[in-house]
Amino acid sequence: MQILRILFLRLLTTLVTLAGVAVIVFFVIRVVPGNPIAMMLPPGATEADVARLSALYGLDKPLPTQFGIWVAGVMQGDFGTSITTRQPVLQLVLSRLPATLELSIMALVMAVILGGIAALVGTRRRGTGTEGAIDIANGMALSVPDFLWGLILILVFGVLVPVFHISGRVTPSLDLPFTTNFYLFESLLRLRFDLWADIVSHMFMPALALAIPLAAIIGQLLKQSLKETMNLDYVTLARTKGYGETRVILREALRNAALPTLTLVGVQFTFLIGGTVIIERLFSYEGLGNMAIDAVINRDLPLIQGIVILFAVIFVAVNMIVDLLYAVLNPRLRHA
Amino acid sequence: MSYLSIRNLSVRLKGGLPLLRRVSLDVAAGEVRGLVGESGAGKSMIGKAVLGILPPAAEITEGEILLDGADLLRLSPAERRRHIGATCALIPQDPLTALNPSHRIGPQITDRLVDILGWTRADADARARALLAEVQIPEPDRVLRAYPHELSGGMRQRILIASAFAAEPKLIVADEPTTALDVTVQKQILKLIAGMQARHGTALLFVTHDLGVVSKVCQQLSVLYSGMVVEDTPVRDFFATPRHPYSAALLAATPKYTDPSAGLNPVPDAVIEAVRAEVAAFDRRAAHG
Repeated sequence: MQILRILFLRLLTTLVTLAGVAVIVFFVIRVVPGNPIAMMLPPGATEADVARLSALYGLDKPLPTQFGIWVAGVMQGDFGTSITTRQPVLQLVLSRLPATLELSIMALVMAVILGGIAALVGTRRRGTGTEGAIDIANGMALSVPDFLWGLILILVFGVLVPVFHISGRVTPSLDLPFTTNFYLFESLLRLRFDLWADIVSHMFMPALALAIPLAAIIGQLLKQSLKETMNLDYVTLARTKGYGETRVILREALRNAALPTLTLVGVQFTFLIGGTVIIERLFSYEGLGNMAIDAVINRDLPLIQGIVILFAVIFVAVNMIVDLLYAVLNPRLRHA
Repeated sequence: MSYLSIRNLSVRLKGGLPLLRRVSLDVAAGEVRGLVGESGAGKSMIGKAVLGILPPAAEITEGEILLDGADLLRLSPAERRRHIGATCALIPQDPLTALNPSHRIGPQITDRLVDILGWTRADADARARALLAEVQIPEPDRVLRAYPHELSGGMRQRILIASAFAAEPKLIVADEPTTALDVTVQKQILKLIAGMQARHGTALLFVTHDLGVVSKVCQQLSVLYSGMVVEDTPVRDFFATPRHPYSAALLAATPKYTDPSAGLNPVPDAVIEAVRAEVAAFDRRAAHG
């Protein structure tokens, strides 16, 4: 019963959040200067042309009416039609979503691995020069933002030592047998490792650029809480049982130390997803973020609304998953 | 032949302050030795040195710790860990912090048996069940599957005691095992430890600041002041005729709960000054090599 109530409340707050996002995005993009009709018509179009086109897209009605029409559509799963491509927004957005999800998850996995290794090695070698080197590397990784890491990576692995592709999601000349847009996963499922390698080679640098700052945060926080945990009584007791230092860290300390880090990773992961907008642009990666920038440039109002709502849904989902993981890792919450 | 023999053990904080000053003591097989002294006298430090869990800021500067004939300080770190893990155990002070909150109770009792000593899981589980019965915990199946936060402090201390006896160690270090407990529970736990020690024939190094506890469970006693052993004596003789003035004052300072009108008798300043002078003289001798 308890768990159902929590889920219900959670769902309710989620709906309120999404409604708020919908209101804000709808009105803000209509208040800022620039309108889609002006972008579509060639120079020298008459007032009558503008009025006709506005009527066609329903932009001549008062704002509250427009909002009502949009919300009514959204309720039925209709997010409207993109002004620039004349395709349904939902279809456009969902076709790009897999690319961004794959990129974000790849970046998250990289960040957890890099940050985790930094924290574990730093804890194992605490008090030595190795720990100092890790701290310095962490500080450097943190003080450079993701898009700058993107440029640095392009310079190093795209220009100086060209080992990775610097643009796109997959080599365009390749024949893709995929039925979904989850290229990375589907190529693995179909055992097409040649395609998989090509996709990874495209994804590697944008994912790494997104991962480096997050890896540094994970590394710092996890190392800090590992160090504190290593002084606790149950860790000392485990030492007297004959366990070596590495086993003590992995077996006794890691799980308890990971809890505070997990919450933070959840929050930071949503920032990382936000970072995909610029990073996808930088690497011409065909994802949601890249589409969002195009949509803003073209004042494609329905498309902007659709993308922002989808991002909001992703953020809410990430927070939910983090809460669930936290409960799984922490037995004290599971029974409460 | 004593099972544990500490010879001239000196420990100091890295960079100076002495924590133990050439401490020597013996614990015969199956014998209980009490370590008493004020806070900071170094009594816990001795147990930590034996178990290889000195804090990173402390270092051993001289001496030997002979455990079952092997000098711990000459073994490689891995050999030392294994030797200690196979022959010794710790009953920690605070049962609320000494169990890992994210592991179930069962594995925390059996982990050493399986991981270090190579028992099969079935044997280890059977052993855990028998131990829980011995420390008088009902419903062993439920408790073995429980997480620490589901159990009371007294229960957890019983589990830690069971866990300490799991591998039939030859020596157990009990580091103020009743201090963190409720007064009503203290007595039961003390009785439990004494009973288990007698039945298993385990040698016990019992760290405490409570001379009443010493009189109940210990046979030998070391009195510490400022990291120095000022008296090493059978417990019977200590309560009859303490030889060192500091010991005598410590004994006189023990509150008599039977007489509420009696005031507290702190250790007199003159005795403190005398024993401090002893420590200073020791340091001077040590400085001149």
